Amino acid sequence: MGLLDKKYHDSNIIIVNLESALNWARKSSLWYEQFGLACCAIEMMATAASRYDFDRFGIIPRSSPRQADVMIVAGTVTMKMASRIHKLYEQMSEPRYVISMGSCSNCGGPYWEHGYHVLKGVDKVIPVDVYVPGCPPRPEALLEGFLKLQEKIMNETLVEKKDPAIEKE
Amino acid sequence: MSKTTQELFDYLNAAFPEAELLHESAALGDSWVSIPADAWKEIAKFLRDDQQMRFDTMMCLSGIHYPDQNLLAIACHLNASEKGYKLAIKVKVPEDNPVIDSVESVWKTADWHEREAYDMFGIEFKGHPDMRRILCPDDWEGYPLRKDYVPQDSYQGITTKYTEVEESHD
Amino acid sequence: MIEVVRKGNSRPEMVINMGPQHPSTHGVLRLEVTLDGELVTHVRPHIGYLHRCFEKYAEKMDDYSKVTPYTDRMDYVSAINQEHGYAIAMEKLLSIEVPDRVEHIRVIMAELQRIASHLLAVGTFGLDLGAFTPFLYVFTEREKILDIFEKTSGARLLYNYICVGGLMRDVDEDFKKDTAEFVRTFRPKITELQDLLSYNSIFIKRTANVGILPEKVALNFASSGPVLRGSGVKWDLRKNDPYSIYDRFDFDIPVGKGEVGTLGDCWDRYIVRVHEMEESCKIIEQALESMPDEGDVQQNVPKKIRTKPGEIYSRTESPRGELGYYIISDQSSKPFRLKARTPSFVNLSVLPAISRGSLMSDLVAIIGSIDIVLGEVDR
Repeated sequence: MGLLDKKYHDSNIIIVNLESALNWARKSSLWYEQFGLACCAIEMMATAASRYDFDRFGIIPRSSPRQADVMIVAGTVTMKMASRIHKLYEQMSEPRYVISMGSCSNCGGPYWEHGYHVLKGVDKVIPVDVYVPGCPPRPEALLEGFLKLQEKIMNETLVEKKDPAIEKE
Repeated sequence: MSKTTQELFDYLNAAFPEAELLHESAALGDSWVSIPADAWKEIAKFLRDDQQMRFDTMMCLSGIHYPDQNLLAIACHLNASEKGYKLAIKVKVPEDNPVIDSVESVWKTADWHEREAYDMFGIEFKGHPDMRRILCPDDWEGYPLRKDYVPQDSYQGITTKYTEVEESHD
Repeated sequence: MIEVVRKGNSRPEMVINMGPQHPSTHGVLRLEVTLDGELVTHVRPHIGYLHRCFEKYAEKMDDYSKVTPYTDRMDYVSAINQEHGYAIAMEKLLSIEVPDRVEHIRVIMAELQRIASHLLAVGTFGLDLGAFTPFLYVFTEREKILDIFEKTSGARLLYNYICVGGLMRDVDEDFKKDTAEFVRTFRPKITELQDLLSYNSIFIKRTANVGILPEKVALNFASSGPVLRGSGVKWDLRKNDPYSIYDRFDFDIPVGKGEVGTLGDCWDRYIVRVHEMEESCKIIEQALESMPDEGDVQQNVPKKIRTKPGEIYSRTESPRGELGYYIISDQSSKPFRLKARTPSFVNLSVLPAISRGSLMSDLVAIIGSIDIVLGEVDR
């Protein structure tokens, strides 16, 4: 079972269905936009550093949203920053995904009650694919979030339009 | 050799007898010197330049709101690095007309601290080169750290409230 | 968005926006830079993109001890030092005596956190200038420190460990052995870092004679920490205004000397941090030797804190500079006003003064050398 239908030692032709090939290519090299806002950014840097390596999954940081596939919103989103996040999300080209890392960007986090300037969850301004809980989440948790995103990408089809905000029905 | 607040107050009072300076304290912690708002800038320059005092650094300037006395205040903590003195100063103004002289020209630290006091409490600093909000956005309504502050419901179309999650549907 | 401004008969200047999302601004900082060609004529920082209402939370929490997790999240890179400062301020206000064993553990944790914070500062500074290898080497060492913290307090980054009057829980029996082992293996790594980065000719070319901060300007702007010590001023609160048990230990205060450039440039601020890591190792070794083996870390922790009216301003030396807490208390168990005087807020205001006339790429080096953490700047 797998993508290869016919061994290619005779000829250089691989027969595979297009969706699987595209999905496999997309999930194997997810380039993330370095969007570290607060404490979770330090854990994101630690995940990219030597002990919990991101690069072995094909995930590397890019500084510009134009070159990125995934936006990891790591940290608290404030009201002042909300319109900028929306602008950055619009600058990413499709297919684009969003991982919300940490309590603050999931739902406001420890600042949910009296934080007048804190946006209670980044999903109020952009659609989110994967939520990673924690304050801050361990690097292993962030890697698990990426693996979940890879699972989600493997299940995509070309036929229906992708709508990442829909929950499973 | 460090000096206590009482000794510093006595020296200051001798230099400015007509300004009504007070040396106040509470049940716990440190004491402070209260200065009226109209004498603040002159005394600030004296504190920095006088050879016996030489308070060359302002460590912190904070705004305070006293709702039961209808007063707004700033608390200023000064440090003399050569001599090792520390001094705490308070300047109180009425809530309906909170205007204090800016000391940005005396200690450059006051630049951003005064902008923050304006942002959080609404205290206006006369003579500040750039009096605008620093932490909240420019079109924010209200002064957040006042005791009677009510947060706005939404900002630029986005709700500021934490809404309860709806019941799960499976 | 680039704006071209023409003033009279002079050359047109460009106003460019740097941030809030930018790889080299160490967080969400927005700089409005006015350029004449490649030279910077004026920088206007805009902050507040991470304003998380810490002071409002302090006034609303039920108890003084519930404020500790929020102090962690201000300067998230050196969380233990923030908690330490807050605990010392409250203990001064309420005149609580802390047992000797608790003081020793607090000092060891604070110095380990200082090393971890400086490692991150140095690693990201090199990363901003294009040196990728020191970043990876530095993070390997940092992970060892975070392992020790995780064994002691349960968390890797934001601990909620030092509480008013004591500690959340005692250290386990491996703590002394692990810490001593770490210090023993860490000292050669500082030499390795010096070989990799400090005397590298490209690094020197990018940081020497850049962003010179004169002593008088530094004092007038109330800078503190390595920013002030890089300009040659020997001022460290652990020696000049001692708190906790720092007066029992023998250590040096490194200052900048203008070794490869001018006094007060970016290289001086960087090398002060590297030498401070060495001094922290000395303090940890002395503290491990004199630490009492027995003692209850929770014996002086009050069950509920009730205060009388009063106020206090207490300051400690965090890795970035002078961290001050101004607490006004009233009859209740909540603070009436809690102001955190954070070092990065004050150090960052120096930026417009020292970046005039530098190149655009020097601006990146200057921000990296001031070492700001935006959680502290905006609170």
